[in-house]
Amino acid sequence: MGQEKVAVFRKAHFNAAHRLHVDSWDEQHNNEVFGKCNNPHFHGHNYELIVKVTGPVDPVTGFVVDLKLLNDVIQAEIIQRFDHKNLNLDTQEFKNLIPTAENIAIVIYQILRQKLDLALELQIRLYETERNFVEFPVA
Amino acid sequence: MVYLTRLEHFNAAHKLYNPNWTKAHNEAVFGLCANENWHGHNFELFVTVKGNPDPDTGFLMDVKVLSQIVNDRVIEALDHKNLNIEVPFLQGKMCTTENLAMAIWDQIVPHLPDKVHLHCIKLYETPRIYVEYFGE
Repeated sequence: MGQEKVAVFRKAHFNAAHRLHVDSWDEQHNNEVFGKCNNPHFHGHNYELIVKVTGPVDPVTGFVVDLKLLNDVIQAEIIQRFDHKNLNLDTQEFKNLIPTAENIAIVIYQILRQKLDLALELQIRLYETERNFVEFPVA
Repeated sequence: MVYLTRLEHFNAAHKLYNPNWTKAHNEAVFGLCANENWHGHNFELFVTVKGNPDPDTGFLMDVKVLSQIVNDRVIEALDHKNLNIEVPFLQGKMCTTENLAMAIWDQIVPHLPDKVHLHCIKLYETPRIYVEYFGE
């Protein structure tokens, strides 16, 4: 025991408004590419986040990572930042980055990566709707 | 009597904000939901009608027709929209899930076939929060 890798998961959720829009394109091109998601008055989603952490089981604690501590980091770094926000208007991360599910997952990964032991692998799965979800990084 | 339900969904932005109150009062009552720049949800809508099956078709009503009514009268108006700004039948109303469910009821009732009655609008704002309205 001790060297076996195990994946552990923590779920969280946040609600946010957003809009998919490229400033350098005209309205027609934005509408062709993004359709209803380009609505200038925004729309929104219930985002469901699954954070996957993979690593060896600590022989003393029996943990890969303390899921309570992982949850505290997710709440402090991700949920506080994005919950009930307008991703385009209210967050620094998407001032100049289009807030697609793909980009949101990458941003969440980059934020959490800095807070976790580098010996642990990290993967983000983000549901924008029940039917649309993304993963980063690709396994 | 049988009950028939059709499930539809839409995504929208809104905020809970009473324009007659100060910003501070809105934030005290509605908390994060009062964010002036909006937030949003994936809404799940369950529309339940009731009546007796037609003896020839065995249908209470053609569920494709029910879906078409809900899409034409409700989803088209709400999906990927800002509920506070862009929805004619919500103008002047607080965009709570309660008020949204009651307004959806009013949009559907006039278009149902004879002898088919709307029984319930069940509307999920999140997977953990929903309201039911029975027209009472």
